Amino acid sequence: MSEEPIRMNGGEALIKALELEGVEVIFGLPGGCILPVYDPIIDSPIRHILVRHEQGAGHMAEGYAHATGRPGVAMVTSGPAATNIVTPLCDAYMDSIPMIVITGQVPVGAIGTDAFQECDTIGITRSVTKHNELITRAQDIPLVVRQAFHLATTGRPGPVLLDIPKDIVDPTNPNSAMEWYWPTDEEVVASMPGYKPTTKGHPKKIKEAALMIGESVRPVLYVGGGILKARAAEALLELAELTQIPVVTTLMARGAFPDDHPLCLGMPGMHGNYTAVTAMQESDLLIALGSRFDDRVTGKLDSFAVGAKIIHVDIDPAELGKVRRPDVPIVGDARLVIEELNRALLALGGAEAQPDRSAWRQQCSGWQEKFPLSYEQSEPGQLLKPQYVLEQLRDLSPENTIVATGVGQHQMWTSQYWTFRHPYTWICSGGLGTMGFSIPAAIGAKTGMPERTVWAVDGDGCFQMTAQELVTAATERIPVKIAILNNAYLGMVRQWQEMFYDERYSEVYLSPDLPDYVMWAEAMGCVGIRVESPEEVAPAIIRANSITDRPVVVEFRTDSSELVYPMVPVGRSNSEIVVGPTGGEIQ
Amino acid sequence: MSTASTPPTTRHHLLSVLVENKAGVLARVASLFARRGYNIYSLAVAPTDDERFSRITIVADADSAPLEQIVKQLNKLVNVIKISELDPLDSVERELMLCTVKADASSRHNVIELVSIFDGRIVDVGHGEVTLAVAEIPARLDDLEELLKPFGILIVQRTGRVALPKLDRTFTR
Repeated sequence: MSEEPIRMNGGEALIKALELEGVEVIFGLPGGCILPVYDPIIDSPIRHILVRHEQGAGHMAEGYAHATGRPGVAMVTSGPAATNIVTPLCDAYMDSIPMIVITGQVPVGAIGTDAFQECDTIGITRSVTKHNELITRAQDIPLVVRQAFHLATTGRPGPVLLDIPKDIVDPTNPNSAMEWYWPTDEEVVASMPGYKPTTKGHPKKIKEAALMIGESVRPVLYVGGGILKARAAEALLELAELTQIPVVTTLMARGAFPDDHPLCLGMPGMHGNYTAVTAMQESDLLIALGSRFDDRVTGKLDSFAVGAKIIHVDIDPAELGKVRRPDVPIVGDARLVIEELNRALLALGGAEAQPDRSAWRQQCSGWQEKFPLSYEQSEPGQLLKPQYVLEQLRDLSPENTIVATGVGQHQMWTSQYWTFRHPYTWICSGGLGTMGFSIPAAIGAKTGMPERTVWAVDGDGCFQMTAQELVTAATERIPVKIAILNNAYLGMVRQWQEMFYDERYSEVYLSPDLPDYVMWAEAMGCVGIRVESPEEVAPAIIRANSITDRPVVVEFRTDSSELVYPMVPVGRSNSEIVVGPTGGEIQ
Repeated sequence: MSTASTPPTTRHHLLSVLVENKAGVLARVASLFARRGYNIYSLAVAPTDDERFSRITIVADADSAPLEQIVKQLNKLVNVIKISELDPLDSVERELMLCTVKADASSRHNVIELVSIFDGRIVDVGHGEVTLAVAEIPARLDDLEELLKPFGILIVQRTGRVALPKLDRTFTR
């Protein structure tokens, strides 16, 4: 019995395809070319969140994906809207965030004519997407949407952009006519013969890795964001406890391993703590799991962990040997590989068969005692120390609070001073370092996880880049909380000018009072609170946490002279880590 | 691009890349080389016998370590099906050259003789010049170009090389 074909237009097909992919929310902003797709949204159960700037839509989709593990979806029009969303695309590409971006395009017949609001979206976004596709036939929409979700969420996740000419979605245009169909998983896979990500690690390599671990007396588990993408936190915990190997979690992996676990050494890298940095430097084996030897982690490459052998597990074969040649390369999904590795270690005798590493762990805990993170509390009447604000925020916020940051000093302090106990509670722009990320990312996270408290910790510089999205949050009743560490400067740039440019401060001063952040917050429909002295910090945080019907902005006036320590000066060896303003270099 | 007379060095690598025959695929491949900072020495592309696919033959300038990285990055392109690095010693290569060279009545027979030595053909004749076509391995084309120079080369157009692996001649029962 043949079924009657279901005829519909491309716009309806696009929305229906998104519904069938399980999309519950689209972050977007309509415009000329995407208009026809906005009509069927009215009748769709998908929630649409109207942003105030297309960059906000992209970062919201990223924040949503970070917090939920599901792909975030953003939809905007052609031309300037497409170029406005390039930054989030690049951000998601660098940090491997699953995201679908739909852009409008001028009608197929007008492409290439410099039509109004036309730009070469595919050409512009080619190098900042995992894949992009210009759909030229309405009939192709269901298949291409399914391909996009498959690509965004499998293998190494990443952003996929679909560029949709107006005529194929406009019901008044015959080009939009199509017959509905929904391809099977097999059809989707078969339609992309060049895409076959390897998920299962090679058994021989896994055995080799298990044997190498068994011979190491100073190993470190060097854990990156891939652990979170692979939902591998439990497998990692099992591996660490089975082998009693200390763990460092990179900026992208904060929360992948509990900070209060005895084996956790915290964050390595340029602003990592002394123990995490030094343990990697002194190790005889780095077990890199979903991490990519980023320059901010390795410091000067030829002096990075010179005595260490490398086991490198990554879903992306291009990461293996890109920066540091591994002794045992394993291509595969981090969770599957770690589970196999755990089995291989058990087969070799489990915990009893591992060498005695107590001396190594003692050395690490010795460093932790000798060089903890530290700062000096401010004198009465002086500006707040940002670290103190973060300690209070950490201690007064509910368990499982999600914290998002922008980029700069506040980001590093938050990563350092927060105690991450659960995966997917930390959201930041790591690879691209996008200022202004935190507000929209927090809104996206809160949209996906409405029952959780979501704090965005922001700098005053970052806040001014994307603050308009708080109007979106207020309108849509998405009660995020923003902590501005207002030090009146582009603080990280100021820090570099202080340390490396003889305190010649060039174009970094922003003023503490202009804008007035409290008035600005209230103008956007948020509650605005200003905090200037230490005794006001806790009450303000408690009050902010109690407000659940609208966004809250708490402006903390912080000390602009405070610097982020420890620091490995750029281009220097990690062994030259500077632990504090008076600490000098430790050898 | 280097001039055609520069002999290929050991830094040249020959990649045969099977791709989906779709709009924009060549741009993806080419922009990946540009984005990662690798130079394409020559490039030839045409559909295969199966019209769904095209084969791109790329001669790239790279040391072997960066080459591994570019191959892995190319593999990440969704439209790239398969990449083979061909060892010049284990493959057959050809490149087509069209060349217009000065050839008046006095020198024409010398040019024709040279072209026939190189198994080429004269494909167009003018009053004072001829255009010749030769399909050969790139080094032989370099030699011919060198030998034609004294006559006065007016224009050279080469296609970039195409290549296939040599057939297995191992004896099997």
